[in-house]
Amino acid sequence: MISMKNVYKKYPNGIVAINGINIEINQGEFIYVVGPSGAGKSTFIKMVYREEFPTSGDIFVNGINFAKLKSKQVPYLRRQIGVVFQDFKLLPLLNVYENVAFALEVTEQSPKVIRKHVMEVLDLVGLKHKARMFPTEISGGEQQRVSIARSIVSTPKVMIADEPTGNLDPETAWDIMNLFEKINRRGTTIIMATHNKEIVNTIKHRVIAIEGGLVVRDELGGDYGYEA
Amino acid sequence: MKLRTVGRHFRESLKSLSRNGWMTFASASAVTVTLLLVGVFVMIMMNLNKVAEDLEKDVEIKVLVELTAEKTEISQLEQDIKSVNGVANIVYSTKDAELENLIKDFGENMGLSDQNNPLRAAFYVKAQVPQETKKVADQISRLENTHSVEYGEGKIEKLFSFLNGARNVGIVLIAALLFTAMFLISNTIRITILARKREVEIMKLVGATNWFIRFPFVLEGMWIGILGAILPITIITFLYYNLYKIIQPYLEGEFFNLLPLTPFLYQINGLILLMGVFIGIWGSFMSVRKFLRV
Repeated sequence: MISMKNVYKKYPNGIVAINGINIEINQGEFIYVVGPSGAGKSTFIKMVYREEFPTSGDIFVNGINFAKLKSKQVPYLRRQIGVVFQDFKLLPLLNVYENVAFALEVTEQSPKVIRKHVMEVLDLVGLKHKARMFPTEISGGEQQRVSIARSIVSTPKVMIADEPTGNLDPETAWDIMNLFEKINRRGTTIIMATHNKEIVNTIKHRVIAIEGGLVVRDELGGDYGYEA
Repeated sequence: MKLRTVGRHFRESLKSLSRNGWMTFASASAVTVTLLLVGVFVMIMMNLNKVAEDLEKDVEIKVLVELTAEKTEISQLEQDIKSVNGVANIVYSTKDAELENLIKDFGENMGLSDQNNPLRAAFYVKAQVPQETKKVADQISRLENTHSVEYGEGKIEKLFSFLNGARNVGIVLIAALLFTAMFLISNTIRITILARKREVEIMKLVGATNWFIRFPFVLEGMWIGILGAILPITIITFLYYNLYKIIQPYLEGEFFNLLPLTPFLYQINGLILLMGVFIGIWGSFMSVRKFLRV
């Protein structure tokens, strides 16, 4: 469902972030993307939701060829991909409910449908009772759960997470991982870039290690493999 | 775009007006200052133009008739003048009438009377296009039984070139003022949007189309334009109303007047509102454009 063929990315400042990557990812997989800082993890992740465009090579997501995707159509692709970030990226002036509903308002659905879906996912992440609170009024872990709720409310097939536990304490991080497991079991493909050795070594999934813009290791149920 | 979405955009734009209170105030103030300047300027310009037009309309050609001309020759001359290209209307004044006018202007003690009236009968001719007065006058002077033709030679040309100059300078000034205003306002709005760069970024991440993002901002710009137009409209109305009440009585009976209150105030206030809306929309449109490049 996600495939990259001979993908190569050179930034305008001359830095080669990705130096020829070939990857196949199937529907329903859970993937850790690991590697040292500056190895190209973020670029790799950004290319999946077309924040960055490869200099050469082909990328297919859900059967969509990125090379043929017009920038006008990008918003519709984004609705099929949920994204979660280290810094949550919530809108501070909107409350929890509004932040999640926002992702559906964009798709111009009826308020009734929006309400139903939002309450469902808030229930899933366990924040139904805090729907009216603002991001500043809840903890970091809860904020991340809101952003996860937002990313899955439009039931995307793929979810991308860029160091989702990076800003959280270990215990909260485990909560978030449990949530990811739950979402993955519903059939959503998850691609997660992480520096968390403990998580990768405990909850075993396919591990893709990127170094110097190349895939140096790709093993099912692999270890983190770096000293934390 | 669905109607529901348009409704949402309207609500959002109004909400963010109050959420970004100070920025709204700053932008609206910039619009206010500009519109006030432009408004006062346009007010002056339009009235100058009116006065100029009145002056131009007042320009006429005085055709003096030969003393020897018979009645039939005079009516022939009238026909001839009427058939000259570009003549709008013509009024005949007998030599007695001319004398009366002269006495009215300078008093009785000039020793002139009906018995020894040295004046000539005259035709007062107006050209259809005031600027063509000279041409018309030249043609009339070539007709039979005309003694001479007077139309303020030299002075009129100077008046016309002055009025034209004043108009052009005014148009250039207004254009320059509007141009500066737009940059001022689009910069202010750009700052407000810069503060909301994150908002736009998140909207893009969850798959909002460019128009979906742009629409509330553009509406917000429109509200700012309307808000910014309120004060200038009030001030201009107040100012012109009072000016008109003070100045117009002095101009009663003169051949030039200020623009009357009723259509003019509606026109200029409509213009100010329109400019405010346009500036606001254009300003947000240009500012948000920068953040929408995917």
